[in-house]
Amino acid sequence: MSTAISQTAYNYKVVRQFAVMTVIWGVIGMALGVLIAAQLVWPELNLGLPWTSFGRLRPLHTNAVIFAFGGCALFATSYYVVQRTSQARLISDSLAAFTFWGWQAIIVLAVVTLPLGYTTSKEYAELEWPIDILIAVVWVSYALVFFGTIVKRTTKHIYVGNWFFGGFILTVALLHIVNNLELPVGALKSYSIYSGATDAMIQWWYGHNAVGFFLTAGFLGMMYYFVPKQAARPIYSYRLSIVHFWALITLYIWAGPHHLHYTALPDWAQSLGMVMSLILLAPSWGGMINGMMTLSGAWHKLRTDPILRFLVVSLAFYGMSTFEGPMMAIKTVNALSHYTDWTIGHVHAGALGWVAMISIGSIYHLIPKVFGRQQMHSIALINAHFWLATVGTVLYIASMWVNGITQGLMWRAVNEDGTLTYSFVEALEASHIGYLVRMIGGAFFVTGMLLMAYNTWRTVRAANPAEYEAAAKFTVEAAH
Amino acid sequence: MMDIGTLRGLGTAVVLIAFVGLILWAFSSRRKSEFDEAANLPFADEPDAAARDEKASRSKSE
Repeated sequence: MSTAISQTAYNYKVVRQFAVMTVIWGVIGMALGVLIAAQLVWPELNLGLPWTSFGRLRPLHTNAVIFAFGGCALFATSYYVVQRTSQARLISDSLAAFTFWGWQAIIVLAVVTLPLGYTTSKEYAELEWPIDILIAVVWVSYALVFFGTIVKRTTKHIYVGNWFFGGFILTVALLHIVNNLELPVGALKSYSIYSGATDAMIQWWYGHNAVGFFLTAGFLGMMYYFVPKQAARPIYSYRLSIVHFWALITLYIWAGPHHLHYTALPDWAQSLGMVMSLILLAPSWGGMINGMMTLSGAWHKLRTDPILRFLVVSLAFYGMSTFEGPMMAIKTVNALSHYTDWTIGHVHAGALGWVAMISIGSIYHLIPKVFGRQQMHSIALINAHFWLATVGTVLYIASMWVNGITQGLMWRAVNEDGTLTYSFVEALEASHIGYLVRMIGGAFFVTGMLLMAYNTWRTVRAANPAEYEAAAKFTVEAAH
Repeated sequence: MMDIGTLRGLGTAVVLIAFVGLILWAFSSRRKSEFDEAANLPFADEPDAAARDEKASRSKSE
């Protein structure tokens, strides 16, 4: 060994913690989703209590799956990828540990305050002001750890996956702080500093970019590492990935107004949001094609590797929902789809099909690595999980398409004298069977997550500290 | 005084130029070796990383 080579170790402890919590919060958040889906089928499941009513549990479900499950998956994978592609240990172990415990504390606070009815009423930003401040502090610490590690990298380049993670971290900081500017009037009550249409626009600028940056850019960072790694071939086109990154972040930030079609928002802003959403199809599909084509010459691996199957099917759902999204942003289509279950179906095509599946695939790849094991306890269980997840997602999306279009058509139907053909409750009755199918689809998905939890538990139980300390060791060639 | 329409037009032009510039920069053949190196970063920590570098990326325009 030459003198230019030195050995050191990655910080896998924080990755292990976040990876395990991804699985646990995934089970909890998705089980909550099945519960509220069941409440829509059988309203008695509200139990007649304020704390268990749909209106309070629904934000708990969205916060749990987006920020607890998705957030932990992003922390775990970004810390893992930034270390391995930078050939450097995280810049600060204590700050990284703070982000882990801080993030878990935020989730626990959400679990306590949301059922109690404390809410700002802003969708996906329901948490009240003291928790918002804690989120901002943890997030800035996250940025310091992530970018600090990039600064101390021993490789020449910053890998494209890290560009996506970096874009996601910076933008989410900006979105969170701007949207949550509020005046406290009590320990757990505040009012937004914005009002009227401005408030609505700020909220959906935040809301859509929570989708665009939290749920897309961050998970694309995962895609750019774990798809090539699992397929054992470099990304199809590194050049396309650069164009993908800049085009995606430039366009996403403008798409928010499509949530406010036919409202008090000025018409020009609505049209701007629609046009930007349509153009967004190009970078979205550029990225999807880049990921898919990485498998060219390696498609046979899909036959034997259920982890790769998770990753590739997630890209297929990503392609599907990024086609559906721009289409629904067209004002005339939106006139039919908005406020119906079609929107819920679209969100879950992205959330279950893309975000959850890419995370599940990445976590299955990562857990054995950070626990010093050859592979997960059972590959057959991963395969079973894959089919449960796929069937569950398809049932969910298909039932919500049927419901959404049914509702849209029934709501807009008018008699010759101009009166409405159907009352609201008639459209609700027509939706009942769809709600049942949706709940069954969700149950499939959460069953798959339970298999994952068991598989993870068996894998972790078989690991021993000496093995995983050894797995964290890496060698740097300083002369690279 | 510049009127708002002119300003918006200029904005569109700036974004167009930036996009074309980005494409030219990213697809310039001078950057091929750099990008091949970057594309292989996920494998840099594997024992056979050097061998893989030979095969390198398929995103070529030699």
